[in-house]
Amino acid sequence: MSDLLHVTDASFEKEILKSEIPAVVDFWAEWCGPCKMVAPVLEELAKEYKGKIKIAKLNVDENRQTPGKFGIRNIPTLIFFKDGAVSQTIIGAHPKSHIDGELKKLL
Amino acid sequence: MIIGGGPAGLTAGLYAARAKLKTILLERFAPGGQILTTDWVENYPGFPDGISGYDLVDKMKGQAERFGLIIRSQEVQGLELVGEKKSVITDSGTIETRAVIIACGAAPQKLDIEGEGLLTGKGVSYCATCDGPFFRDQPVAVIGGGDTAVEEALYLTRFASKVFIIHRRDRLRAIQLIQERARNEPKIEFIWNTVALKISGDTAVKGLELKNVKTGSISTLPVEGVFVFIGYIPNSGLVRDTLSLDEWGFIKTDNEMATVIPGVFAAGDVRSKALRQVATAVGEGATAAYMAQRYIEGLGKGS
Repeated sequence: MSDLLHVTDASFEKEILKSEIPAVVDFWAEWCGPCKMVAPVLEELAKEYKGKIKIAKLNVDENRQTPGKFGIRNIPTLIFFKDGAVSQTIIGAHPKSHIDGELKKLL
Repeated sequence: MIIGGGPAGLTAGLYAARAKLKTILLERFAPGGQILTTDWVENYPGFPDGISGYDLVDKMKGQAERFGLIIRSQEVQGLELVGEKKSVITDSGTIETRAVIIACGAAPQKLDIEGEGLLTGKGVSYCATCDGPFFRDQPVAVIGGGDTAVEEALYLTRFASKVFIIHRRDRLRAIQLIQERARNEPKIEFIWNTVALKISGDTAVKGLELKNVKTGSISTLPVEGVFVFIGYIPNSGLVRDTLSLDEWGFIKTDNEMATVIPGVFAAGDVRSKALRQVATAVGEGATAAYMAQRYIEGLGKGS
């Protein structure tokens, strides 16, 4: 059972913007190779930060509204949210240590 | 120990594992490498109808693991390569080994012009298969004139309303077959002898400022996406001070993939060479693994 949460346009507000803990959303799609490279890194981080930071994925192919709202034009893109506001954006595939460093800043 | 999980690293892993060497492959992401940004590979022998980049590396990974290759998702942070005992320092501990195959690959070269950094993620991209679908019915520009640039431009015609190929010379470097496809594609327009000076826009790409290198004239081109394919920079930072590199930073080896340090080999895109393809990477991976095996066998004897 994965600790990664899958969010949609419908659940985004409740799960991410109104989340009680900080949240990170990975905007991805099936067609994107680098997204698949980052996926296992996020799985691991979701486990490590369980209960402290919510780590979620949003499929941009099935959910068009949310990516449009945040002006997503490259994937993978990670957006970090704290109290419903964007605190950081990471574009492209980055190593675990880099993402981990940014996650620590959210706590 | 193999560093890098693209086609070169996975093939080295397959050969080393079949040779019954205890082999660990370290990859900072999931295995794949740059081929994952390729939609369709049609020049790898054995797949006459082509194969997706993802499926191809997935098969390579499965094949290597079948023979016992251990793949770990770890990032290498340092290397101590001199001497018989070598150390690989990762984000989760140090691993000692006798031979190292470096197959870290390369990353897309940036233009290094105004607006590029600011607008990366806002219309500037280095991966057409990732980001092409965001540019449906919009005009985009591709910068570069090699195989990758023209192939990616062709891919982008599926989504974009128009694809401008901006090239600093008056002819393409891409192979003839790809050139012909591009010439026959009505959505593609070539802008020759031209370089990009600036990418304009604040929150999204609005256009490009161009300069014709022959006439010196400056012009603007309204586009909403800029895709950059002007070559690669090697991921050789870890060995910059220990191995011999060529003027662009690619690792120099002999014909058997050996670097200047005994027991250290390089394979794939990170190596100094003429052609960077899956077909060349796998051959080098196999050779590097074989030479590493011979090196390790030699360590125990005499000397």
